[in-house]
Amino acid sequence: MELALFIPFAALALAGGLGVIASGRAIHSALSLLLVLSSLAVLYLLLGAQFIAVLQVIIYAGAIVVLFLFVIMLLHMATGEPAARGVRPWRAGATVAAALFFAALLSAVVRTRATADLGAAPGFGFGTAEAVGRTLFTRFLLPFELASVILLVGIIGAVVLAKGALTLRVHAESRAADEAEEPREEALTR
Amino acid sequence: MADFAWTIPLWPLLGWLVLGLVGGRLPRRLVALIGCGTVALAFAAAVAARATFPGEPQERTLFTWIAAGAFSVDAGLLLDRLSIVMVLMVSGVGLLIHIYSVGYMAEDRAYSRYFAYLNLFMASMLLLVMGRSLLVLFVGWELVGLCSYLLIGFWFDRERAANSGRKAFVVNRIGDAAFLIGVLLLWTSLGTLDLRAIGAQAATLGPPVMVTASLLLFTGATGKSAQLPLYTWLPDAMEGPTPVSALIHAATMVTAGVYMIARLFPLFTHPVTVVVVSTVGALTAFFAATIALVEWDMKRVMAYSTISQLGYMFLAVGVLAPAAGIFHLTTHAFFKALLFLAAGSVMHAMHNVIDMHVLGGLARPLRYTAGAFIIGGLALAGIPPFSGFFSKDLILERAWEHAVGGGSPVPFILGLVTALVTAVYITRAARYAFFDQPHRESHPHEAPPVMLWPMVLLALLTVAGGLLGAQRIGAPLLEFLAPQFAAAAPHEAAPGLFVPVLSILAGVAGVAIGWLGYRDRRDPDLGWVARLFSRHWYLLDLYDGVLVPAAKRVAVLLAGPVDLGVIDRAVNGIGALAAGGARGLRRLQTGYVRQYAAIILVGTILLMAYWATR
Amino acid sequence: MVPLPAYLVLGALLFSLGMIGVLVRRNALIVFMSIELMLNSVNLTFVALSRHLGSMDGQLAVFFTIVVAGVEVVVGLAIIVEIFRSRATVNLDDVDLLRG
Repeated sequence: MELALFIPFAALALAGGLGVIASGRAIHSALSLLLVLSSLAVLYLLLGAQFIAVLQVIIYAGAIVVLFLFVIMLLHMATGEPAARGVRPWRAGATVAAALFFAALLSAVVRTRATADLGAAPGFGFGTAEAVGRTLFTRFLLPFELASVILLVGIIGAVVLAKGALTLRVHAESRAADEAEEPREEALTR
Repeated sequence: MADFAWTIPLWPLLGWLVLGLVGGRLPRRLVALIGCGTVALAFAAAVAARATFPGEPQERTLFTWIAAGAFSVDAGLLLDRLSIVMVLMVSGVGLLIHIYSVGYMAEDRAYSRYFAYLNLFMASMLLLVMGRSLLVLFVGWELVGLCSYLLIGFWFDRERAANSGRKAFVVNRIGDAAFLIGVLLLWTSLGTLDLRAIGAQAATLGPPVMVTASLLLFTGATGKSAQLPLYTWLPDAMEGPTPVSALIHAATMVTAGVYMIARLFPLFTHPVTVVVVSTVGALTAFFAATIALVEWDMKRVMAYSTISQLGYMFLAVGVLAPAAGIFHLTTHAFFKALLFLAAGSVMHAMHNVIDMHVLGGLARPLRYTAGAFIIGGLALAGIPPFSGFFSKDLILERAWEHAVGGGSPVPFILGLVTALVTAVYITRAARYAFFDQPHRESHPHEAPPVMLWPMVLLALLTVAGGLLGAQRIGAPLLEFLAPQFAAAAPHEAAPGLFVPVLSILAGVAGVAIGWLGYRDRRDPDLGWVARLFSRHWYLLDLYDGVLVPAAKRVAVLLAGPVDLGVIDRAVNGIGALAAGGARGLRRLQTGYVRQYAAIILVGTILLMAYWATR
Repeated sequence: MVPLPAYLVLGALLFSLGMIGVLVRRNALIVFMSIELMLNSVNLTFVALSRHLGSMDGQLAVFFTIVVAGVEVVVGLAIIVEIFRSRATVNLDDVDLLRG
């Protein structure tokens, strides 16, 4: 039963992955990424991680991919790739390297002799929001607090980065406005 | 050590510091006061040391100089009979010459620099003769060499003076190299550099080591004391101020070699060393005297005379009569300094002219100077009752005993002949300088009192100094030194009057020849003999023709292929290697992010492979 | 029952695919998305092993990964936008000022 769900969605994830890296246009890649994320969410459900699956959909698929789409639109992504610079046999070399890496990972999987079985079915509360929350606020309290700090830093960083050019323009305009006002004030006092 | 005795080298050192640092800003009177005052204090301390001398050697350690594991050297001073004699002579004669300099250098611009250097020299020389270990002696040795360089080239804007200073330093260096090797040899053989210990343990050295060490040290002495073959710097050293010539190149520095051998006397008792030292001394004495016979520059005559008399001193220590050598050292200091000061007075009167061709007829205007010169000259010629006779005669007696006792007759024969030649050349110089009126328009005038009084005192010492060694009154100096030189060759009582009569005859004959033979202000035509003498027996041709080009070729070889080719290439090669390595590594920095990612990937794969196979 | 290695191999495959994308593509945004792909593959591995070991720790790791990935995307996209503003390109090969 689970296998029937696993195989198609795994295939979809793989297809999406290929789409991300092989699309000609950025928008296609973004949509492929969406496909991957959604398939993975289903797989999380299969693995009993309901809360995580929902988080995946809300944050990853719902926010991060949207961000990507926004930026693509903002930058008017043109099609295709400009002429490549650098080493020619790049594509082949990269594929070979990745294949080697995959082989290394496989060997790691084989060597750990992970038992074929996934293990006994987890208890009822496994993977629920309550379970996550409980663990979060007891054993992972410090990382939780740090995570909020990271979020704050990210927000500030993004704002600062985006504001850069805007600030200069605003200052220039206000200074011009100040200089324009002064002669009027002098005229009034005279 | 009596508490004040160790201050003897200290006063002049302070004088050098003060005059060197602020002397230029002080008034001349004060500079003279400090310059002479420090030496006077040193002399007073020396006299007090003699007065309170308990008879046994006294030592004092100033500080630990080197402490490196098993090797430790103290900077220490030694006060024994020999050092008392040397200190008295050095500080006493030095004081007189300092006072003389006040007058002689009165017109000079660099007044304070002169006295500063002179004080530094005094401190160095006193350190040399008071040092307790061979290393302290060597420090003093090198320092006096430095002061010699500084003072010869005192008027450094004169090219000849600067060159002469450099020549003195370089030639000394050759001797010093041999000296150092000798010191090292002694250190490795005996494990100590303490002078008294070396003397006591000298007998334990095997003949090869003893002879080698003594000859190496003797080579150093030939450099410092201007003996064959390293004598060439002393005549040129006359470019310096005349008081400097009197002090350094007559009385003190050049005697350091004799002192060193006397100090380490037990080391020089091997028959081979005896032959070498006495023969070199005798040959040098004769050789230099012949050159003085044909020189026309009065100071150079003095210089060769000094070389010759130093030869006598080495002859003495060579035949194992160190007390005689020290005795002659002392009397020579008196009369040679006197002669130099008189020559300086002549230069002062004749506006620095020293060429004997144009001198003459100065006896009347420069009465005192002439008197001083004549007294000094008679002492040099070995005419009794002047001091020179007693000391030179003693050496000849010892040489005679050495000859009849189985040693070589060469020292005695050469010594006697040289006495004759010495009398001739000094009489010739006196005649040319002071007698036989030439045509002259200028009116030379006598020296000022500040220059005359030291000459008077030195003349008194020259006359009376013989008493130090007169047997009739117990020969006070020799008796005083006797316990010091226990290893010296025992000598029978003086062999009658045979030797003294011979030496007096030689001296008188020489004076007669000198007076009568040079009447017309012309050297008699001796043909090839004169040419031999004036060409230094063709020794200089040997140096310039053979030794110098060989040395130059070695220098060129070292500078070119060795220094540039090997050393520079190695050093530059390392730099090039670093630069090349950096250039190669730089190619990794392309700025392409994807390349960086690829390299990270490669690294990760390697790491995983490593972990996978562990 | 789905065997555990299946999930692990799937994760490895997705990771390798993402790696190829990082190395091969020149468009900065697509490279970014490939990185997200790699992150997700790791998340999958975490969850699978969490289920296998019966511990919540794996899922918590995924939780934090998602948080940090979000922040990373925000800041990274801001940088890409800035670069585009000054240089009018999102081609990674054009950004070689660190060349030396």
